[in-house]
Amino acid sequence: MQPDVVIIDYGMGNLHSAHKALEKVAAGQQRVAISSDPELIRKAERVILPGVGAIRDCMAEMDKTGLIPVIRECLSSKPFLGICVGFQALMESSEENGGVPCLGHFAGQVKFFGNDLRDASGERLKVPHMGWSQVHPLLQHPLWQDIPDAERFYFVHSYYVQASHRDQVLARCDYGPVQLDAAMAADNVAAVQFHPEKSATAGLKLLENFLNWKP
Amino acid sequence: MGLAKRIIPCLDVDKGRVVKGVNFVGIRDAGNPVEVAKRYNDQGADEITFLDITASHEDRGTTVEMVEEIAGQVFIPLTVGGGIRTCEDIRRMLNAGADKVSINTAAVTNPEFVQEAAERFGSQCIVVAIDAKKVSAPGEVNRWEIFTHGGRKATGLDAVQWAVKMVELGAGELLLTSMDRDGTKNGFDLGVTRAISDAVHVPVIASGGVGNLQHLVDGVKQGRADAVLAASIFHFGQHTVPEAKRFMAEQGIEMRL
Repeated sequence: MQPDVVIIDYGMGNLHSAHKALEKVAAGQQRVAISSDPELIRKAERVILPGVGAIRDCMAEMDKTGLIPVIRECLSSKPFLGICVGFQALMESSEENGGVPCLGHFAGQVKFFGNDLRDASGERLKVPHMGWSQVHPLLQHPLWQDIPDAERFYFVHSYYVQASHRDQVLARCDYGPVQLDAAMAADNVAAVQFHPEKSATAGLKLLENFLNWKP
Repeated sequence: MGLAKRIIPCLDVDKGRVVKGVNFVGIRDAGNPVEVAKRYNDQGADEITFLDITASHEDRGTTVEMVEEIAGQVFIPLTVGGGIRTCEDIRRMLNAGADKVSINTAAVTNPEFVQEAAERFGSQCIVVAIDAKKVSAPGEVNRWEIFTHGGRKATGLDAVQWAVKMVELGAGELLLTSMDRDGTKNGFDLGVTRAISDAVHVPVIASGGVGNLQHLVDGVKQGRADAVLAASIFHFGQHTVPEAKRFMAEQGIEMRL
């Protein structure tokens, strides 16, 4: 049966948390499925591009599975949500693994926090940035409807996005001296660095907003 | 404001029930894992750790089903540990809905497994559990060693060096348990917590010995832990997660309230 919402399975990592969270917020109103079938992805009403692990493997798997054309089609046609490495994959390139070209949907780079990140008082900050940080929306956007400013979301990443077009930055987050772009949006495409599927009530709200989003 | 310190309730699960031993004797039943996990999720826990302490291999199937059920109701990170020895074990747990796995004995018997697992699944989901025991005599320079088999078997490995090695191999986080303190309610071993936290760049979860809320504060402030794990103070109603968070926040620790 044709699902309404497809979580794109390109062979990377753990899609089950996202699936369970989306099923919870869809509450039986929309069918949610994990799929690598280009036809199901093409016909879905909205899609999610997840991703964990290293960017080189992610891009390689995306290429190997032959899903890049259909992902590009979705990027230009329907509500699209990138999560974590699925967000980073939308940028031009990443510093990870010695430099990896990405899909280039958004202008900007993915950078490394470094192994000696320190806060203003000189305290060393752990990398990966793992845990709950406050996120500040910069634009009015349907994705952030009913989510307060400075709400905490769950992050786990060692690389972060720096967008070139600041007007596409939907939300920011500070980790020590780094002001990272926690979310971007333009037209029908949105992407978040944190894991909404693991961010308790606020995360579920964001996913619900995505399911209701009519860009 | 930056990153919040995390509170992680821990479920030790044996034969499908949450249990907790006090000083390794007098195991008490603390309920059905799914109900307990849901309760902590609803209380605002930052993460949940599920440790399968079932000795027999046959019961592992039950664990997978239970993890699956928990993952359908808990929308915070879920770590599963106990008996993780192969990439196939990891894949099964991730497919059941776990976000991270905790590798303990297998890391000691086969350190390359940590590297293989991190390469295949990403460091973000590989937690290495370190069971450390103080081996230095009073008055000597502090030294801790790695123990396996629930603290019964010494390995001769220095705990701090071991932690550094595990991170080099790809561990994304360390779950550090003091075998001297586990189940005692006397507080974390702050010495080893701080020594390891200062030696590695990945987050360290302090575990073993929490008896009151001040111990959680000490783990963060003196032990420099990034997260604190506790079981019995939450299981038996001594404290709730929100109480613990408020107490820590009042002492100046950044928390997700």
